[in-house]
Amino acid sequence: MDYMELQFPDDTRDAAVASGRNISDVERWTSLAAGAAMAAYGLSKRRGTGWMLAALGGMLLQRGYSGHCNVYHAMGVNTAGARSDTRRALGGSAGIVVDESVTINRPIEELYHFWRNLENLPRFMRHLESVERVTDTLSRWRAKGPAGTTVEWNAEIINEVRNQVIGWKSIEGSDVVSAGSVNFDDAGVGRGTHVRVRLQYSPPGGKLGAAFAKLFGRDAATEIREDLRRFKQLVETGEIARNH
Amino acid sequence: MKALCWFGTNDVRVENVPEPRILNARDAIVRISLTAICGSDLHLYDGFIPTMRRGDILGHEFMGEVVELGAENAKLELGDRVVVPFTISCGRCFFCERDLWSLCDNSNPNAWMAEKVYGASPSGLFGYSHMMGGYPGGQAEYARVPFADVGPIKIPDHLTDEQVLFISDIFPTGYMAAENCAMTPGDTIAVWGCGPVGQFAIKSAWMLGAGRVIAIDREPERLAMAAAHGKAEILNFDQVDVFHALKDMTGGRGPDACIDAVGLEAHGSGTWDAVYDKIKTTTFLATDRLSVLRQAIHACRKGGTVSIPGVYGGFLDKVPLGAAFNKGLTLRMGQTHVQRYLPVLLEKIDRGEIDPSFVITHRIKLEDAPQAYETFKNKQDDCIKVVVKP
Repeated sequence: MDYMELQFPDDTRDAAVASGRNISDVERWTSLAAGAAMAAYGLSKRRGTGWMLAALGGMLLQRGYSGHCNVYHAMGVNTAGARSDTRRALGGSAGIVVDESVTINRPIEELYHFWRNLENLPRFMRHLESVERVTDTLSRWRAKGPAGTTVEWNAEIINEVRNQVIGWKSIEGSDVVSAGSVNFDDAGVGRGTHVRVRLQYSPPGGKLGAAFAKLFGRDAATEIREDLRRFKQLVETGEIARNH
Repeated sequence: MKALCWFGTNDVRVENVPEPRILNARDAIVRISLTAICGSDLHLYDGFIPTMRRGDILGHEFMGEVVELGAENAKLELGDRVVVPFTISCGRCFFCERDLWSLCDNSNPNAWMAEKVYGASPSGLFGYSHMMGGYPGGQAEYARVPFADVGPIKIPDHLTDEQVLFISDIFPTGYMAAENCAMTPGDTIAVWGCGPVGQFAIKSAWMLGAGRVIAIDREPERLAMAAAHGKAEILNFDQVDVFHALKDMTGGRGPDACIDAVGLEAHGSGTWDAVYDKIKTTTFLATDRLSVLRQAIHACRKGGTVSIPGVYGGFLDKVPLGAAFNKGLTLRMGQTHVQRYLPVLLEKIDRGEIDPSFVITHRIKLEDAPQAYETFKNKQDDCIKVVVKP
């Protein structure tokens, strides 16, 4: 097996950290937006769970306003000033890591070709709005972010072995810092292809945002697993199963 | 259109709902000419199957006329008269290619729910909870049939609806139950539960070479049907000790294969284990009542097979696996791979080897379906099988 390994050395944070800020700009704005929405919704409920949401919303607002997160502080996490460099953003404990596999009853060549044509990805990745080809290795991605936002990033294919692996990472100026790979392995005669996706990213909203997402059943591993399921349905049957 | 909808335990209603439409290119819309209430619908009615939602349309045994087709359905034509299998299968995945249609990888949009409970998801089913796909069912005027270029089978004009409807589920289910017994000619087969699946299991056991069939139930009309139509010897579990009776009838050895055509709501007959199950399921400490399964495992001869067409859903308590292990039993089970049996069974009907309509005791209109659920559940009015004309 030929995987693209994603290992980043732990990194020291830059000067912004010293100021007491420990979350990035994107995360600050996301916290403000999500906090306001949550507080408004919570207050409108005027019930036990509503008050709880309102309090959480308030905490997020404070976090966004000050640029300092007590939870991160306690966890020793810092995302400030680390946005522009993939290695810094994903190094150590800063990133979310996803590793999901599926077996698909189609030949490797077909799956590789389908995936390598990146414009195909929004057909089964529910949160992707579009992938636009810029050059053969550069592409522009738009996805639905938390709380009705749109996030964009540019990605570069950094590793490519035909019918085996595609590896990519986001490049400077992206809202989301990410790197990932998809591997294609022969599952044996008459058994199709193993497709394995590994993804590491620094989520908008930070780890706290990711934790909230998980609370509501939409963590990244689940999303990728469901995306892979839709990919399988699409290439095996020509359509994605729907009940309404 | 009108459809029978689930609203809660013991609460089904005929409602006006939007008509289904084509959602995918391989779909078909079928105008339903005949549908049926299945014993497994009673598990929904009784609230035993999780992930049901108010307003879900029930029904998974139906047939009718193709009135609309998706762009890529090359197999069917408008006006075709078809029977629709209750299992939804894509025809192209690892499992469909191996004739394991009810294990299709691609037909359950809510596969993640089943994966949480079962580790992997079976195929989608019509009208059988959101965990099994959340597909609207066939106790309605119309239904959308996904992968309609794989499932539905065309019916020749000279066969009536009542003759062919049951190849959608209960006839293949009984047939697979008998096939799973892996019989050698002359085997003795014991069948627990003389509902429709049990009746077809009895008929199928003879077709596959049984030498003797013993049917077990306590409803006189069901036992009478098993004797009259199924030519089975009968045991009323309210009147005899089934284990000893089976031993007596088989020279002390036990039946070569045992079929549990009852599943998770076994009644038992005041035995300690049936009472135990009743208490535990009533107090939500257990998910299934399995006195039949225990008895089947206990009675089966050494090296024999226990075949389970009856539905189970959860985590079973006090399964005598020690008996199964030490007697070297084979246990076979699962939802029916309906598509595997459709052509075979349709041909048997066409050749006049069997007329499945013998199980029908009630013919009703859709409006009367809620009352029919109650009648069927309580086995009133000698009710064995209800067919519904929308």
